Amino acid sequence: MDLDGFINPEPVVQPENQPFWDATKEDRFLVKWCNVCERAHWYPRARCPFCFSDDTAFREASGEGTIYAFAPMRRTAAPYILAYVTLAEGPTMMTNIVNARPEELTTGQPVRVAFVPTSGEYKVPVFTPT
Amino acid sequence: MRRPGLGYIVGAYEHPLRDAPDRSVAQLHAEVAAGALADAGLTKDDVDGLFCGPDTPGTGPLSMADYMNLNLRHVDTTNTSGSSYLIHVAHACQAIAAGKCDVALITLAGRPRQEGKAKGSLKRADNPNQPDFEFEHPFGIQILGVYAMVAQRHAHLYGTTAEQMAWVKVAFSHHAQHNPNAKLRNVVTVEDVVNSPLVADPLHRLDCCVVTDGGGALVVTREEIAKSLDRPLVKVIGCGEAPYGQAGGYAEITDSGARRSGATAYAQANVTPADIRYASIYDSFTITAMVQLEDLGFCEKGEIGAFVSDGGLISGSGRLAVNTDGGGLCNNHPVNRGGMTKALEAVRQIRGEAHPAVQVPDCDLALANAIGGQLGVRHASSTIILERG
Repeated sequence: MDLDGFINPEPVVQPENQPFWDATKEDRFLVKWCNVCERAHWYPRARCPFCFSDDTAFREASGEGTIYAFAPMRRTAAPYILAYVTLAEGPTMMTNIVNARPEELTTGQPVRVAFVPTSGEYKVPVFTPT
Repeated sequence: MRRPGLGYIVGAYEHPLRDAPDRSVAQLHAEVAAGALADAGLTKDDVDGLFCGPDTPGTGPLSMADYMNLNLRHVDTTNTSGSSYLIHVAHACQAIAAGKCDVALITLAGRPRQEGKAKGSLKRADNPNQPDFEFEHPFGIQILGVYAMVAQRHAHLYGTTAEQMAWVKVAFSHHAQHNPNAKLRNVVTVEDVVNSPLVADPLHRLDCCVVTDGGGALVVTREEIAKSLDRPLVKVIGCGEAPYGQAGGYAEITDSGARRSGATAYAQANVTPADIRYASIYDSFTITAMVQLEDLGFCEKGEIGAFVSDGGLISGSGRLAVNTDGGGLCNNHPVNRGGMTKALEAVRQIRGEAHPAVQVPDCDLALANAIGGQLGVRHASSTIILERG
């Protein structure tokens, strides 16, 4: 399964998440936290989905996670691996697994963030086995 | 014990076509409306409530109400994608009880095969302003991929095998052979399913539903009108609806809203899963039906693999008769939405009008369940429970 042909679509950036996407240009991975209840959430929101406070902030993430689930998309024009990764910070995010063969992947496997270009100006955070 | 009816389904019609190149979408809506009204013994001038899902062309009900020239006093355009139509049944019962309408018409129609959706070649119509789009679209989210992850994780957590998933397709193919309108009438084996091409591991091509044109319609009314008509009585005795999301990144993707929509419906109907004689369960993929059957309490979580194996869902010989029309996997999945056809076969079973080869004897209690949106990301589950009146 050749994963080299897949180009991630560029994100449509909403104003509340501009800092997240700007950071991707520097290969920095941010996760949104609530400053009141001190929980990380995904996907990033201006308002905390737990306590509903608007006192939320992007913080540098560790970039560490484990595979929660994955699906090799074999029949698309350019195959890729769709995945959920559980971040060390707590929440699980949709992403891709790169630089790996699907046969070598398992749920619970440690992975680390990497950044790949999109069809636009921003990069996206994907994950690769450590 | 006779439970009070929340409303009565008096008309049910499934469009016989699976490819409709020569019809407009509006025409298909009107055809299924006419079919369901004729089934009930009512006319379009009896309709005073119209319930529309996202497939209805135009702004909510406006264009189709005008096209059919209906005289309405109640409209409802609840949109939870494929589960909309079962929620419409529930909302129709509520509107009737509140005196807002007497005869509610629910339609679903469309022609995805003519519009390039049969092979996924048409881009999904997601709105970039939906807040998840920004963090899912860039990773190539696809319905197939999300369901494959649900299946992969279910296999990881519970040991569910590709062969067990295949049994769902096998069972529904056994039913579909008796349905002359089914898109796929050939009986398949477990080997056929697991030897079909892997499309997104662990899902094979034959784990996936059909894509069909056409549609269906339901007519819901109050008890007095239902009893004045010359049709077997189909009582709605329980309804539940439950959105299920990602909980800020902490949800379990092998769980679904069916747990809550089912519990709500069982409680209202005062029945348990063991009482259900027939179940229509949404089957966009084999795993879709399996997760819902677990969450509706037909078996313990994680034990669905054994439940469906060895023909567990085949009418007559299995543990529970499910999708006796052939389901979305074999019969029909009009407009890529499942809820309507799920209600239609449940109505046939309660009436005793399913094909004799798949009719559940003395079927006095049936359940229909649908997922709208996607398992594993965000969806709404809807459940209705029907009893013979």
